Amino acid sequence: MTQENPVIEIEELSKVYTVTEREAGLAAAFRSLVNRKTRDVRAVDKISFAVGEGEIVGFLGPNGAGKTTTLKMLAGLLHPTDGRAAVLGFRPWERNRDYLRRMTLVMGQRNQLVWDIPVIDTFELNRAVYRIPETDYRRTVDELTELLELAPLLRKPTRNLSLGERMKCEIAAALLHRPWVLFLDEPTIGLDVTMQRRIRQFLVEYNQRTGATVLLTSHYMADVEALCKRVIVIHHGKLLYDGELSGLADRFAPFKTVEVELQNGAGGRPLDEYGEVLVRSPGRVTLRVPKIETASVTGRILTDLEVADLTVQDPPIEDVIEQVFSQEATESEEG
Amino acid sequence: MTAFYSIYRGYFRTALVVQFQYRVAMIIWLLGGIIEPVMYLVVWRTVAQQQGGAVGGYAVNDFAVYFIAIMLVEHGTFSWIMWEYDFRIRMGQFSSQLLKPIHPIHSDIADNIGYKFLTLIIMAPTAALLAWLFNASWQPDARTLAIFVPVLVLAFLMRFFWEWSLAMLAFWTTRVDAINQAYFIVVLFFAGRLAPLELFPQFLQRVADILPFRWMLAFPVELLLGRLTPNELWLGIGAQLFWLVAGYLVMRVIYRAGIRRYAAFGA
Repeated sequence: MTQENPVIEIEELSKVYTVTEREAGLAAAFRSLVNRKTRDVRAVDKISFAVGEGEIVGFLGPNGAGKTTTLKMLAGLLHPTDGRAAVLGFRPWERNRDYLRRMTLVMGQRNQLVWDIPVIDTFELNRAVYRIPETDYRRTVDELTELLELAPLLRKPTRNLSLGERMKCEIAAALLHRPWVLFLDEPTIGLDVTMQRRIRQFLVEYNQRTGATVLLTSHYMADVEALCKRVIVIHHGKLLYDGELSGLADRFAPFKTVEVELQNGAGGRPLDEYGEVLVRSPGRVTLRVPKIETASVTGRILTDLEVADLTVQDPPIEDVIEQVFSQEATESEEG
Repeated sequence: MTAFYSIYRGYFRTALVVQFQYRVAMIIWLLGGIIEPVMYLVVWRTVAQQQGGAVGGYAVNDFAVYFIAIMLVEHGTFSWIMWEYDFRIRMGQFSSQLLKPIHPIHSDIADNIGYKFLTLIIMAPTAALLAWLFNASWQPDARTLAIFVPVLVLAFLMRFFWEWSLAMLAFWTTRVDAINQAYFIVVLFFAGRLAPLELFPQFLQRVADILPFRWMLAFPVELLLGRLTPNELWLGIGAQLFWLVAGYLVMRVIYRAGIRRYAAFGA
């Protein structure tokens, strides 16, 4: 996908880690003193994409795919081994102060809240560090307090908060300076369903109110479905897919799910002539049907059987993603 | 400048609140800082008394004043950053510091000064109590006290830059404890914590002159005791300025290299 005015633009970005390796045991430990063996790990392999202003893009991939490494490069914590990146026109790893003041990185397990002091005091500290004008600060804190329901938490020391409460406060602390670009690495990890939903709603509202650009990773497909029209999928450091979330199914799951409710049950009749039977219970059957045959199969079912109800669906996004990851990364480098 | 003022005010507040949370730890730290110089005071005082009232140029009373002053100046200039940096890097705290649009040294300086001011409440009366216990008599002139203030600030800053630089070795090695231990032994000798440098053999005194440690601790103390000639005073301030600038430059170079290494290996 190309963007008119990209806020994030990366080209052929790569990161290679050099890791030392040695076998177990004392002898190997001594050997490694003299002759250190190293191995290169290609965490990110020549990926390119651009994200336009105000977009929310889901950045997907299994563990170890290179998502966090990419986000860290974009946030200026890591130097790429090769390639180019520009965010808001800055080269992230130069860590220009003006850049740092305009972006934020939220990582699920990282804490920027000071452990021993009330949350509001950390906020105050950020106000000073980011040089947020007093009136803007008040307004933003009020807004965030309302959106994330922080009021009862602000006066408590961080260490007295539950994980979910802390995460909400972390997100608020990361947004006080009203960043234009948000890098969110698993922002809902470890949270219960209600809290996940609240954070999602909040992110949508924040994006609408401020027009901020968001690049987020999540293992929860509900996050991705609720937030991202567009997704970028990487696997083994390579870019597999970049496009609409809805297109992901077309591309990687050439099947549809057909659910049929039968009026008198199907008797003993085998139904696998119509497609792969996924679930079967008396009076109800779920079939997997190749996409191109969907129309003809449903036609046949309707004429052959006494159908009470019939629905055709794309497979759940989880299944599609699983399908994507189970395929070899090399299969579609052109993605 | 006003921006920095409000940042530092924020850091001070945080430092004070955090210190209040850890009152017991704070008292234990303080006890360490008090007991060590008192121990040397007692030892040297005894030696002086047995040698007929003086060792080298130091009389019994001089030892008392010297070590009480060492305690105060050490308190004013010491830092604990070397024990923290490694933890900070490995626990990922350094990453969140890097994301902030401000150099991480500022929060450390503010944290240090915040602690110093808070604990002065205990250190000042302790010094008075020790002076009374050991019958220390000390009559500084106003000029000495006036010069002492900038000399102490210089000592603090130069020591801070050097210890911050040393702390950053944690970017390269996981054995920082060994380095720290070696550093503290060197400071113990060459900064005059164990004994006044005047009691050292000439050769070691010259070595101490060349090294930065004397200017961190012994020099401000010698000034307070009125043991410096005007010449020595100006030379000392010159040495402090030199080590301050050198420490600052070294800190910048190591910081840049450290960040590069951190950024190459990942957090």
